Amino acid sequence: MHELAITEGVVDAVTERLPDARITCVHLEIGALSGVVADSVRFCFDLVTEGTNLEGARLEITETAGRCHCKVCGSDFEPDGPIAICPCGSIEVKVIAGEELKISSVQVA
Amino acid sequence: MCATCGCSGAAVARLYPADWRDEGSGRDRDRGRAARGHDHEHDHGGHDHGGHEHGGHEHGDDGAIMWPSADTGDERTIRLQQKVLAKNDRRAEANRDWLRRRGVLAINLMSSPGAGKTTLLERTARELGDKMAITVIEGDQAASLDAKRIRSAGCEVVQINTGAGCHLDAEMVAEGLRMLAPPSGSVVMIENVGNLVCPSLFDLGEEARVVLASVTEGDDKPLKYPHMFRRADLILVSKTDLLPYVDFDSRRHASDVKKTSPDALMLQVSAATGAGMQEWYDWLRRRTPAPHE
Repeated sequence: MHELAITEGVVDAVTERLPDARITCVHLEIGALSGVVADSVRFCFDLVTEGTNLEGARLEITETAGRCHCKVCGSDFEPDGPIAICPCGSIEVKVIAGEELKISSVQVA
Repeated sequence: MCATCGCSGAAVARLYPADWRDEGSGRDRDRGRAARGHDHEHDHGGHDHGGHEHGGHEHGDDGAIMWPSADTGDERTIRLQQKVLAKNDRRAEANRDWLRRRGVLAINLMSSPGAGKTTLLERTARELGDKMAITVIEGDQAASLDAKRIRSAGCEVVQINTGAGCHLDAEMVAEGLRMLAPPSGSVVMIENVGNLVCPSLFDLGEEARVVLASVTEGDDKPLKYPHMFRRADLILVSKTDLLPYVDFDSRRHASDVKKTSPDALMLQVSAATGAGMQEWYDWLRRRTPAPHE
């Protein structure tokens, strides 16, 4: 359940940047290949924000798709699941997108 | 944990020095409490430090951008574009830099619980201990059983209990390194909490990631825990002495490892019989920096 530590990381980062603001909404971007489950972050969010300046804030998560480049056939493709295998059968692939795990923006009152 | 004021999260670190004997908790020493001039990052909100100074805080720029944009009614949107793990990543980079400047090889050893990490380290310490300086950072949720095993094998060890945490993070390792003060030209083995999921996300500042996959766990782990295997530099298939007794298809396992981690090296070892251990030692020796003059 590393999503608990991830969610704590979100709260730490926001309170460090904006210690005096009352945060009403947090926007996260979580990639399909990041290894983080958005629903688990949602589950932890209320618990972790309690007693902080994020308490009561909404949580909006944008889940972005994975994107890989095949070094053998040269095509870009969206991997089917967390293991990146090109439709041509090659496993020599480079992840281009989908590993994002970031705080896009916050809203303050 | 802050070694001066003791302020911390849930994690607790304890050093088992070279003269430690298992005579109950009374002999356990926490050398970290005597440390001075420490260098760390943490949130100092909400408590009083009683006037002492905190030197060397590093709050590096993570490239986050912060500017106000369109207001919507009573709310104002502030763009951050900041990596969630930026703080851990900064601390990990500081650890990596410190280790390189000192000439120390740090290995992040990960696996599921019971795959044989501690047994591997015990044998490694016994067989390499007189040729190579090895210290160990032990991560477990609770107890110091592993630290005592490692200490008995002749290594200085710091036990970090993560409490509710399911992985080590860079700040815990920084604290462990401060307590161990590993010598130049040595190896620090960081035995992560037994878990094939969470530790894969947290950079500790290590030079290499080693994943143990025991034959008793079955051959399907690479496909079930791809994140862990994808970021490995070396995969040690462990407990190979038990191959005749378990249903483990080595060829299938190797083929699945190729899919999840095409760049990783794979070795087969048995810490019980010693088979394959020499290749593991050679791999370690190739990466260990020469001691500074």
